[in-house]
Amino acid sequence: MKTSVIKLAGVDVEVFEAGSGNPLLWLHGANGFAPAHPFVKPFAERRRLVVPSHPGFGKSDLPLWIDRPDDIAVMYLELLDRLGIAKTEIVGCSLGGWIAAEMASMAPERFAKIVLVAPAGVKVGPGDKLDIPDIWALPQEEVNKLVFHDPAKMAVDPANLSDEQLTIMLRNRETTALLTWEPWMHNPKLKHRLHRVKAPTLFVRGVSDGLMSAAYVDAYAKLVPGARTATIAAAGHAPQLEQPAAFAATVLPFLDG
Amino acid sequence: MRAWHFSENAYPYLPPADTYSSIRVTLPNKVYDPAKGADLYHRYIDEWLIAEEAGLDIMLNEHHQTATCVDPAAPLMLAILARASTKARLLILGNPISNRRQPVRIAEEMAMVDVISKGRLEAGFVRGVPYEILPANSNPVRMNERHWEALDLIVKAWTTQDGPFSWEGNFFHHRSVNIWPRPWQQPHPPIWVSTTSPSGAFAVGERGYVQATFLTGFEGTRQVFDGYRRGWQKAGRKGPVPIDRLAYAALVYAAPTQKEAYAGAEKLLWYVTANKVPPHIANPPGYVPVAANLAMMRGAEHPLSGFKKNASVEAAIESGLMFAGTPDQVAAQFKKVYDYVGGFGHLLIMGQAGFLEHEDTVLGIKTFAREVYPRLKEAYPDSTPSYTPKAADGTGKFAGAYSGP
Repeated sequence: MKTSVIKLAGVDVEVFEAGSGNPLLWLHGANGFAPAHPFVKPFAERRRLVVPSHPGFGKSDLPLWIDRPDDIAVMYLELLDRLGIAKTEIVGCSLGGWIAAEMASMAPERFAKIVLVAPAGVKVGPGDKLDIPDIWALPQEEVNKLVFHDPAKMAVDPANLSDEQLTIMLRNRETTALLTWEPWMHNPKLKHRLHRVKAPTLFVRGVSDGLMSAAYVDAYAKLVPGARTATIAAAGHAPQLEQPAAFAATVLPFLDG
Repeated sequence: MRAWHFSENAYPYLPPADTYSSIRVTLPNKVYDPAKGADLYHRYIDEWLIAEEAGLDIMLNEHHQTATCVDPAAPLMLAILARASTKARLLILGNPISNRRQPVRIAEEMAMVDVISKGRLEAGFVRGVPYEILPANSNPVRMNERHWEALDLIVKAWTTQDGPFSWEGNFFHHRSVNIWPRPWQQPHPPIWVSTTSPSGAFAVGERGYVQATFLTGFEGTRQVFDGYRRGWQKAGRKGPVPIDRLAYAALVYAAPTQKEAYAGAEKLLWYVTANKVPPHIANPPGYVPVAANLAMMRGAEHPLSGFKKNASVEAAIESGLMFAGTPDQVAAQFKKVYDYVGGFGHLLIMGQAGFLEHEDTVLGIKTFAREVYPRLKEAYPDSTPSYTPKAADGTGKFAGAYSGP
């Protein structure tokens, strides 16, 4: 297990690595990544797990020229080159799922299997209704109810965090806003590119996810040739955190299969 | 010392505050009665003109999707005032250039007003309060960067007279900018920028524009002005900051007796107390720096939020947010703040709010203009002007009025 800093396109990016075997690039969501996250163990036991912190998240730098998820997608294709990974499995959660979808549409041949967990990135519904609720226009308690199956258990209490942890959390929020503000949570071009994806793709959704509805995830999956969907019980927007065992039991067989 | 009459054009006829969660952004506009609104517009315009007649200058601002300020297109109101007024300087404070996407259009609007008013425009630019983010769908991250790039583009549009130039910045792109008209005041109208943070003021000081701060009281105002002074010196300027570079906006109400004055001042407090906004609208991500958000999560409170919980005329005067009372009292309260913050050359008078009716508003304006203003002008004379634009026609006359065909 190690965390290193790799310079990509002139940007210092923090990259966590654990385990060995076939590579698995893991792209975190809006809340960022911590090595203590419960999915690390089951996946690092079976794979060479590579988890970059996106520019502006964790301790990764954020230059002025980055303001869209596809900027990061290009950087991560370079990351694969730098790590000598010709072809990889990829898991992307939420915002990370959006970046993963961008990468898969750009360079389909680089991916062996794709798992998109409640991914943002496309607009499928009518123009006068948001596909994904505006989390910045709601009180935090309401957002927690949309994000978690069990907010009482899962919601973060800032009082329990160190100043350093809080600083990272606040910076992650800020970068999320930068990347997703307009168009809200999507790239209008992406849905016209997803037909290029070649790898077997699994969409995963927590049954209580209040951000990405079942209709949204289903419509998104239809844009990717041959994609399947799976649902995790008793989980919200982040099943990999809320139900890590059930999540691993769903995703690992797909990757192995 | 210059004094400016400022009115937010509020629409105060609202249901009880406990029936809505926010006076801004989400309060449905069915609450707004256009018939009442029309009367209010005409009344507020009249009050600006009464202030002008009394010898004050005119200031207006812009907010969006809110009952607190129903002037979502301040350049429109400015255009009306440019024609209806004859001698007052016209300060728009300001154009929200982090939220408006066409700086060149703003340069055009301001140039038009400058020409129509024959050189009476004072062009202010604001970053905009956090509640403006949602109405503008504006990204709250990198607002400062957008602000300065937009302002640089506007100044270039005003000052380029030899045909089109191009602009390829981080946020704005133009292949051909060549505005008509160009401003009356040359090279450009005086520029103001408002900010209520010392770091923001530092950036304004570096550029030497007029710095305005709103309701920041004794401590906050001193910190903002100190930030400006540091920026001013950092840019290599010699000597102290001329006071005509600094402006303070306070709630001001003068009347012949303390009783009348406090009754009027009490109504002015609406400006602060009616501003009910939930935290997620008041603090979008990226609007304030991470360190400031961290301090808030650890319990730090905005000074105005603290004040709001126990708002009173006395507390407002005590904090330096308000000058209210008889002319003697107002002059004495003013002196205390003026001395504490190191002086300023402009008093922006928030002289109308909420249910302060027309007659009372006029009483406040006239009492201030007649009984207080002359004393302030005598006690705090203007510095040598630090920026003196020339009239485009070479006459040096700015305050001309349209005199008919």
